[in-house]
Amino acid sequence: MRNRLPAPTSCAVLAVVLAVLPFLLSDYNTFLVGQVGIFFIAILGLNILTGYTGQISIGHGAFMAIGGYTAAIMSRDHHTTLIVSMLMAFAVAFVAGLLVGLPALRLSGAYLALATFALAISIPQLPKQWTNFLGGTLGVQSSSKPTHLLGFGFPAATALSNRWLYGLAWATAAVLFVGAWAILRGRVGRAFRAVRDSEIASVASGVEVGVYKTLGFGISAAYCGVAGALLVFAQFGAASQGQFTVVLSLELLIGAAVAGLGSLWGILAGAAFVGLLPKISSSVPVVGNEHGRDVIYGALVILVMLVLPGGFAGLLARLRSLIRA
Amino acid sequence: MARLKAANPGQLVTFALIVGGAIFLLVGSLDSTNFAKFTVEGVAQGMVYGSLALALVLIYQATHVINFAQGELAMLTTFIAYQLTQWGLSYWEAFPATVAIAFLIGMVLQVTVIRPVQHRSVIATVIVTVGLFTLIDGIVNWKWGESGFLTLPSAFGFGSWDVGGVLIFRFYVGTVVVVLASLVVVWVLFRFTKLGLAMRAAALRPASASLAGVRVDAMLAIGWGLAAALGAVAGLMNEASPFSSLDPTFMQSVLVFAFAAAALGGLESPVGAVVGGLAIGVLQTLLIGYVPQISTELQIPFSFALILIVLVVKPTGLFGSRQVVRV
Amino acid sequence: MSALLELEDVEARYGPVHVLHGISLAVAEGTIVTVLGPNGAGKTTTLRAVSGTVRRSGRIVFAGKPLGRTGPAGAARLGIAHVPEGRGTFSELTVWENLRLGAYTRRGSIKSDAERVLTYFPALADRRRQQAGTLSGGEQQMLALARAFMQRPKLLLLDEPSLGLAPILVAEIFRIVRELNEKEGLSVLVVEQNAHLALQVAQSGYVLEAGKIVLSGTSAELQADDAIRASYLGY
Repeated sequence: MRNRLPAPTSCAVLAVVLAVLPFLLSDYNTFLVGQVGIFFIAILGLNILTGYTGQISIGHGAFMAIGGYTAAIMSRDHHTTLIVSMLMAFAVAFVAGLLVGLPALRLSGAYLALATFALAISIPQLPKQWTNFLGGTLGVQSSSKPTHLLGFGFPAATALSNRWLYGLAWATAAVLFVGAWAILRGRVGRAFRAVRDSEIASVASGVEVGVYKTLGFGISAAYCGVAGALLVFAQFGAASQGQFTVVLSLELLIGAAVAGLGSLWGILAGAAFVGLLPKISSSVPVVGNEHGRDVIYGALVILVMLVLPGGFAGLLARLRSLIRA
Repeated sequence: MARLKAANPGQLVTFALIVGGAIFLLVGSLDSTNFAKFTVEGVAQGMVYGSLALALVLIYQATHVINFAQGELAMLTTFIAYQLTQWGLSYWEAFPATVAIAFLIGMVLQVTVIRPVQHRSVIATVIVTVGLFTLIDGIVNWKWGESGFLTLPSAFGFGSWDVGGVLIFRFYVGTVVVVLASLVVVWVLFRFTKLGLAMRAAALRPASASLAGVRVDAMLAIGWGLAAALGAVAGLMNEASPFSSLDPTFMQSVLVFAFAAAALGGLESPVGAVVGGLAIGVLQTLLIGYVPQISTELQIPFSFALILIVLVVKPTGLFGSRQVVRV
Repeated sequence: MSALLELEDVEARYGPVHVLHGISLAVAEGTIVTVLGPNGAGKTTTLRAVSGTVRRSGRIVFAGKPLGRTGPAGAARLGIAHVPEGRGTFSELTVWENLRLGAYTRRGSIKSDAERVLTYFPALADRRRQQAGTLSGGEQQMLALARAFMQRPKLLLLDEPSLGLAPILVAEIFRIVRELNEKEGLSVLVVEQNAHLALQVAQSGYVLEAGKIVLSGTSAELQADDAIRASYLGY
């Protein structure tokens, strides 16, 4: 998200493609591309943190968990609609992000990475202890009867079809993308970039580094929270620990790295990489089983990093400069 | 003594904590045989964590990269040891062979996969290690995953000694001795040999080391080899207990605890890594022993909660020094 | 005397920025040569080009052998010791360890040799076990010099040794350099902003401006030159 939105024509093309796709793909593949949409939102959020404020996190899966559980609990206890559940997930995850961002101010580099890694491992374990509220190992099941405030005829999470999910995910993605663009082109975005490029210069210029770094955590967490809620919706409204393992946090990081810094297409590529690749590689006939899939996925991740150090965005930038030359 | 006078408050607190902790353990062990049993077990387990944590710190010190694949590498080499014993070698023949093979694998990995990315960005390198994690995990599962219940031949036998009512298994002592020996070897290497000095120089200031004639890239490769070798020791010693079986996930929790140990001790401090490992090992066994409400699943988050608290108070770990930011 | 070091039409750049635009100079064996010039002229880059720390093109011949693509580690093994701007001392290591590192390219025991080297640097002799980072600026400069000399180099590349030091220390440093040159036959290429001191110690010099050599000659010639006197010597 450099200061301009991507060219209107490419946006329009993308929108059309996305709109048409569910009618062309099989039900399962529609589901998969819907998952890509969910990853898009999460990686977009993580990108704001790492790309724009320069802080690293290997724990944003925890915020997805927080968002997901919030949505499910809201539905279970208060019978909220999808939209309200998502809004709550956004809000609660935002607050959680702020709470994490504050102590994170004291850490940097590898220590911050390890601390967020610790979060990624610890938070999903909480449900096991707090079984009453958080459902233990069985998880939290959303209600199948939401009230119709703001409902507009939306089905309950328990009854979402793959097409509904696809639409919901990508619509949310579009809204949040525009939101991110708006934030990043304004004062907040400039402050973020200042903090990333030189903390010392920022302080000297009067930018309150602490405020913006914490805000970065908050916003990125909120985005992941919404993604988490969508993930729960995809599981028929059931939130469980198994969905939010450490692997998820690692996948987000990989997706962000593959994406490179802040271009729409980069983030799409990153989301596609993480959302589709593991599923696709298990269908490669040479190594048919799950472990073969891991081998291929791991090898591909390494290959991408070796060949595309700037991520997909770097590749695009290079292509663009080649075309101009 | 002069060093103590020059210590800053943070270092004094750390020192006090360690001395206090040691006294606590000693007194407790003399007082209760259960406590002693837990302490001994914790020390043995802690040495394993410390060994892997040291491997992490070695690589971090030289490159500022956290090698996410360190645990899986250790697991791979342990399975290689298993394969060697299946092909007829005795345990104590397979042990040095495995360590040597691990060294080679570490070096090869650094040269082929890490070197091309390392000068570009730390994040890219870390992602490569994450990819390695998945790759190696897949390879091990592919080759040995479906083989069912596997065990290594026993390293130290099943014997035990009765020391004042406390049952001390031979493999506890064996583990401690082996890991200690490897740590001493590494220490001697770094402090007294030309190669060790060159490696330290390459880690501290690669540009200056280069000007002195040190081939920095080669030093990094050796560093990775050494880390892999330490990991091999950790993996083998983790499996030295006759109660453990060789399954492809066994190093994942060890890795997590090793991370915790390295962060606790301070990522730049080899001593901190080992002390951190011991601390976590002992805390873990004491907790399991005395507070049964904390189930095994909670150990990991618990140790990380501990790390988070330490890091907030001392952002560079117990043995870390305050980071100076150059303007 | 034959030229120990010869640069012919050497260019150097940092990424897209060209700093040296084809310079040629020579250092005769057993002499001290200085490179003068204003900030940003490319003096440091010249030394980096010789030690291979920066990308360069053009011809560099050292002791009869062309340097080609040799990097810094290779240059050290050939007998070039580069003391960079900022000294490059290993602050976390002890004085003794710094010296040992200096002798990295040499085989065999260095103990007796170290004693000999330390006779030139008496201030360091008592501080072997001290952490290098706790030394004063002047002592660190001496340590850097001592470390370079432990290499038993044929050529010493010295980058702004006077930077950040009090005049009395600077005089001491230059005195030691001169001693090493006279007693040990060490050839030196020294980059300095303090033209006055540099020309007193060196036998010949070059003046570098904006990546090009604008003047060269013996020290006497340079000291007598009007332009030099006005710009660099202040009288």
